Amino acid sequence: MNDALRLKVVDLLHDNAKLSIDTIAKMLGEAPEVIAETIDRLEKDKVILRYSAVVNWDKLETNQVTAVIDVRVLPQREVGFDSIAKKIYRFEEVKSVSLMSGGYDLQVTVVGRDIREVSRFVSEKLATIENVTATTTHFLLKTYKSDGVIFDDTDGERRLMITP
Amino acid sequence: MSNLYDRLSPIVTNLPPSGIRRFFDLANQMQDVISLGVGEPDFVTPWHIREACMYSLEQGYTTYTSNRGLPELCIEIAKYLTKYELTYDPSHEIMVTVGGSEAIDLAMRTLVCPGDDVLIPSPTYVSYKPCALLAGARVVDVPTYAEDRFRLTADALERAITPQSKALVLCFPNNPTGAVMSRKDLQDIADVAVRHDLFVISDEIYAELTYDGVHTSIAALPGMRERTIVISGMSKAYAMTGWRIGYIAACEPLLSAMLKIHQYTIMCAPHMAQRAALEALRNGDDERNKMVESYDRRRKLIVANLNDIGLPCHEPRGAFYAFPDIRPTGLSSEEFAERLLLEQGVAVVPGSVFGETGEGFIRCSYATSVELIEEAMRRIGTFVVKLTSQAVK
Repeated sequence: MNDALRLKVVDLLHDNAKLSIDTIAKMLGEAPEVIAETIDRLEKDKVILRYSAVVNWDKLETNQVTAVIDVRVLPQREVGFDSIAKKIYRFEEVKSVSLMSGGYDLQVTVVGRDIREVSRFVSEKLATIENVTATTTHFLLKTYKSDGVIFDDTDGERRLMITP
Repeated sequence: MSNLYDRLSPIVTNLPPSGIRRFFDLANQMQDVISLGVGEPDFVTPWHIREACMYSLEQGYTTYTSNRGLPELCIEIAKYLTKYELTYDPSHEIMVTVGGSEAIDLAMRTLVCPGDDVLIPSPTYVSYKPCALLAGARVVDVPTYAEDRFRLTADALERAITPQSKALVLCFPNNPTGAVMSRKDLQDIADVAVRHDLFVISDEIYAELTYDGVHTSIAALPGMRERTIVISGMSKAYAMTGWRIGYIAACEPLLSAMLKIHQYTIMCAPHMAQRAALEALRNGDDERNKMVESYDRRRKLIVANLNDIGLPCHEPRGAFYAFPDIRPTGLSSEEFAERLLLEQGVAVVPGSVFGETGEGFIRCSYATSVELIEEAMRRIGTFVVKLTSQAVK
């Protein structure tokens, strides 16, 4: 499989997952069948896991809250951080889990219907997991930019309609 | 008082008005127009460059600079030009101008005077001819053709040369055709230029936007340095059109002559914009390369779509324009552009605006989003199908 092509396809889909196979094929100068097969492989190899939208939740009428939680854990022999991470990410409320360098170990993002629900999750579920030694919970107040997308982008079309 | 207009300089009153003006006014009155008529990048200048300008204002860099531009900027330009095998002394052979536009004017006024001919390949960007006329020269069109992918050929050039021929303008990668000249193509032209002792004004503003290969400057070829004025700038490569920073590289006698005009008419390019250009040249390569890659993808998309629609399109190897052949529709390029705008709300520029041999073609800028390109192509497709079905009836 052509690695350079895989990267280009992923790059385009990551920016805009709605691009059709035909459009991608034209943009990269490849046959549509080649692109279809490349995407198929990317999906089978779990390089591409899902196609989803970047949403500005603030524009919707929801009370949902997001918390970013720094978690310190005791790594375990042979499995390191992986088994604790697994125990954490299986909770439905947990949207992301990453191992971090620095002052804490795991960064966990949790989404709940309201603050109480998130607090309860942290105190009752997360903090009580064996080998979790400390948690620091930060409630997310506003997202300005996520995954390369600026939410209140005011850079509209400012060019003149026709220029030489 | 007699008619004011009659008392103006005939050189100015005889200048033809810009051919795009009518389309501009028409398009501006309409709603829901998709414009493929814009001759500038669709990116905003990268933030680090804008930020560098703001910082320079905070630091109080609001004075004149040296006439030739900030010395450190001239040094960065000289360094940058080495990638095209061009070696210029930043203290004597480089100057910063108010966009490539000022550079074109300076070059013309420095090289030609009444009685001289300027050779301008056609179709091409609209400013060379008026600048040559304003300098008092006569303009001789040198046609380029779709069959040659709009490259200038030595044959066509030879045929156009007169005893009065003084200077040749080159604009490659070309606006509006996207044509690019290979080293071999340029060598053929250089041979003619040397044989007929021509100066060359080489506008290389689109040099970075060369796809499938690296741009070659004619000034890098043997015997050309002392007869070539290289013009470039920040506008296209770094999405900095509104900053108006261009530059000229030329051997010392030519440069100092141009600098004289610049001293008296301009003083210097805006200081804060020069600071921004400095940041762009020092730290802007990554973002520039990303923009070029993005143009390249859209280039392939638009060319494939135009060919699918039945408007044959040669492969434009540079700049950000496709220049499809609309002769299969039976319309002139003006008619095509006007009807396309009125009936489908897509603005393009008729090729005839860029010179006689542009007739039968339209310029479509692909410096716009993939979504808009595809919607514009759907509309052009509908337009062309309607035209051809009418023709069958």
